[in-house]
Amino acid sequence: MKQLLQKLTETFSPSGYEAAIREVIRAEVEPLADEIRVDALGNLIVRKGPSTGSEQAKKIMVAAHMDEIGLIASHIDENGFIRFTTIGGVYPQMLMGARVRFYNGIPGILYTEPLDAPTDTPSIEKMFIDVGAKSRADCPIKIGEVAAFERPFLDLGDRLVAKSMDDRIGCLVAIEALRALKSTPNEVYFVFTTQEEVGTRGAETSAFGLDPDLGFSLDVTGWGDTPGRKHFDIALGKGPAIKIKDGGMLSDPRIIQWMVKTAEANGIPYQREVLLGGTTDARAMQLVRAGVPVGCISIPCRYVHSPSEMVDYNDVQNAVKLTVALLENSVEL
Amino acid sequence: MPNITEKQFELLEKLCNASAVSGDEGEVRKIILEEVKPHADTVKVDALGNVLVTKNGSGEKRVKVMLDCHMDEVGFMLVSDEGDGLYRFELVGGIDVRQLPGKQVLVGKDKIPGVIGARPIHLTTTEERRKKIPLDSLRIDIGPAGKAKPGDRATFATRFKRVGPSIMAKAIDNRLGCVILIDLLKTAPANVDLCLSFSVQEEIGLRGAKVAAFHFAPDMAIAIDATPANDLPLHEGGENTFYNTKLGGGPAIYTFDAGTLNDPRLIRFLAQTGDEAKIPYQFRQPGGGGTDAGAIHRSRSGVPTVSVSVPHRYTHSAISLARVDDWDNTLALISAALKRITPELLQTDRP
Repeated sequence: MKQLLQKLTETFSPSGYEAAIREVIRAEVEPLADEIRVDALGNLIVRKGPSTGSEQAKKIMVAAHMDEIGLIASHIDENGFIRFTTIGGVYPQMLMGARVRFYNGIPGILYTEPLDAPTDTPSIEKMFIDVGAKSRADCPIKIGEVAAFERPFLDLGDRLVAKSMDDRIGCLVAIEALRALKSTPNEVYFVFTTQEEVGTRGAETSAFGLDPDLGFSLDVTGWGDTPGRKHFDIALGKGPAIKIKDGGMLSDPRIIQWMVKTAEANGIPYQREVLLGGTTDARAMQLVRAGVPVGCISIPCRYVHSPSEMVDYNDVQNAVKLTVALLENSVEL
Repeated sequence: MPNITEKQFELLEKLCNASAVSGDEGEVRKIILEEVKPHADTVKVDALGNVLVTKNGSGEKRVKVMLDCHMDEVGFMLVSDEGDGLYRFELVGGIDVRQLPGKQVLVGKDKIPGVIGARPIHLTTTEERRKKIPLDSLRIDIGPAGKAKPGDRATFATRFKRVGPSIMAKAIDNRLGCVILIDLLKTAPANVDLCLSFSVQEEIGLRGAKVAAFHFAPDMAIAIDATPANDLPLHEGGENTFYNTKLGGGPAIYTFDAGTLNDPRLIRFLAQTGDEAKIPYQFRQPGGGGTDAGAIHRSRSGVPTVSVSVPHRYTHSAISLARVDDWDNTLALISAALKRITPELLQTDRP
């Protein structure tokens, strides 16, 4: 499982350019799926269970997003330096001295024009990527090419660190749940979605296409257990979090009940999550067509949207157990 | 000299001079309906006021291609009558308030002339002149003889001009797109089923295109718009690295903006078309802003979509400036691309 996580997090696939990560995931899930397809926006849709639901069998959508935050080249200057803008929520203070890798494999490093004071945070407009080019003609990158953080996976025992843990950890939970789910009476669709970081766009269109009876997302949430963090009661190692609300969604109370009862019945530790800002694919799923009851299982994650995002391995394993327990029996909301 | 004919110039002039602030697109809609009817299979005006046009091809295995341009323009809405021909007003769409004092406007369907006035220099202090004049202290003045009422729209009064290789007008964003779409309909190739939306309310949130895309449920879409060229030299010298697009650089193909990650298959396809047909093009710098593509690609189960815009300077101001050859090359690029579309284009998964 750790090996697969390393592979998932060391793949470069910023929003809109998810083919690389999709192929890694497809190779894992293809032998486990009853049906597999890719839609117009590049979402990977994997069915497990019967394709035509009965009264008892519900159509359930489980979403984990494949994309990660990144950068996109906006100008190559006469000396071969690359100006860029951001894809998704990239903080400028994470970029100084960072290394990135373009989708075509070219590595680069980030620096800034001189600042008024050395302690200032540089703005994106002042920063540039140096790929070792000596002139515009020599630069292997064109306007519109995308890049993501380069940072190797780190195994600290219980604690695991990587770039793009958001949301390759959700992808891992979905893959492992699919592997462990021997049979289900439900029509389950694991959707590895695209373009979450720019506004849950892949979830919106895939949910429209599937028209599910209910669903939930698998994504990371924030943390409250490092120095100076207050008023957020989520800690690494205390179990996956059952989302009550976030900045864009109120989980359906029936879904919360279903998740809580299932966790308690199976002795799976869990935390209750009330997140003030941010949202997940579940928001888009909830608002599609005539509306869908949804919730979210969150994996607590420190340092979200930095090049070193940290999760707890026990939380990950418990998230897999909870997902399997939710899906293996008939659902009555 | 580009291939743009006198008739095309006349149509653009008529469209740019017409008033169509978002939500009040009737005058432009009427001109477009007259132009498209002789060339379309079906024409309808939907609930929001979009003009929806179809033109089917005749080949086998045709791709259903949606082409979109918006009809509306940024402008003003009168919100209260303060007597003596003075009206308080609000902005419709993105307009920089600093550019408003001293501009002439046309109010309502009867195009009553008005002016956005400001206190003369004789009566202001140095300190006052350093500050931006806030919107709530500006008024549209049409004089006591003028007839207007709250809710009426107003546009900039600028009239269309041709100056050498350039055109200058208000609402180049996006009447240029409208003219291009009309020409694409007239020359529709047989290998595609075209569905065209002349959309309303783009400037206030892509509202018309959202429902138009739902109606058509196309296989793919191209949004045609006009985008700023901020390509003037920097006053402090050095290289301009934030120009968005460059005038004279040809049609601007989008990769990424605030609303859309354009489909890489279609980006590549348009660039290849330009290379092979020797039509100049440029990539718009990735960044903010957006087009109707932002609504179209999220319709139903998703629509592979790309945006192409004509570059022009001084967007959303009283007068914008575009080059005739950029207009010509945008029409040429999309026209060449439409002829080359086959089902194979979308058969591989999105990269």
